[in-house]
Amino acid sequence: MAIPGPLRSSPPAPIPIDVRAADHLRYIRETMERAGEFTAVPGWGGVAMGLTALVAAYSASHQHTPQRWLSIWLIEAFVAVAIAAPASATKAHRANAKLLSGPGRKFLLSFAPPIVVGGLLTFALAHAGFHALLPGVWLLLYGAAIVTAGSFSVRVVPIMGLCLMLLGAAALFVPRTMGDLFMALGFGFVQIGFGIWIAQRHGG
Amino acid sequence: MSKSSTIRNDHGARPSSLGSLKEHNREAVSPDLDRLIHERIRLGIVSALAVNRSLTFNELKALLKTTDGNLSVHARRLEEADYILCSKSFDGRLPKTEYRLTAAGRKALERYLNHMEALIRATREG
Repeated sequence: MAIPGPLRSSPPAPIPIDVRAADHLRYIRETMERAGEFTAVPGWGGVAMGLTALVAAYSASHQHTPQRWLSIWLIEAFVAVAIAAPASATKAHRANAKLLSGPGRKFLLSFAPPIVVGGLLTFALAHAGFHALLPGVWLLLYGAAIVTAGSFSVRVVPIMGLCLMLLGAAALFVPRTMGDLFMALGFGFVQIGFGIWIAQRHGG
Repeated sequence: MSKSSTIRNDHGARPSSLGSLKEHNREAVSPDLDRLIHERIRLGIVSALAVNRSLTFNELKALLKTTDGNLSVHARRLEEADYILCSKSFDGRLPKTEYRLTAAGRKALERYLNHMEALIRATREG
């Protein structure tokens, strides 16, 4: 059978077959990544963390010594991790994606450095008695962690990180008594608000 | 490679040899390519479902930035080929259509990925 194709005029510059195949592969990868974003960061988990942060802010503001104030927030940090870890694990599991592969792994790897720095600075600043600086430092570094890790996720995630960083920057320059207010705003309301947004638009 | 079966699924009564030749000319791809998921939207549906246990019609629509009509036509093609499963339910009063990938669909995507990679290797080495 004759093949009419080659006799017809072909397009002026045919795209090389490997370029086209590479384009298909890129499309698959991008679609998978975007589809994966339905599931990356836990929205309701964020809401739950926000609520516990509000409780912690209230409780911390009623403590009379810096040590007790600090221990309230350290407990809150553990509670938040205890909420976030299973929340993202279930979300990833529901999406049939392993948490420690692909986007989840990138998220954790870029999330960790600012958090480690935060831990060290907390120890150093508390040791030197600069408790008043801690809310600003925490908000800045947690925000930075979310901005960098969130660059692999839906756009709303880095925006949330940016909001936290702005609050943190402001918190560095407010009187000590207002620290808990900024913590409540950042770890509480910002996380609750964005958590609801993520839960509704990006799969729970 | 199950070319003939997928073409039959895809195009119903169309004579498969002529069909694949035509396609072959137009797109300049090798004839044993899985036409069924070569199409953009269908490839998108399969790729998205490969990383999610299930996605609703609306999620897929938003993800692939396509229209209701377009998505439902292409999803039906994949459904007819048993590449995806479709389940309809009610979310309160709203009808909800959910899709998930079948084992055959996952295999087809893997085959397609291998095929593309082989194409790239062959062109760049040869």
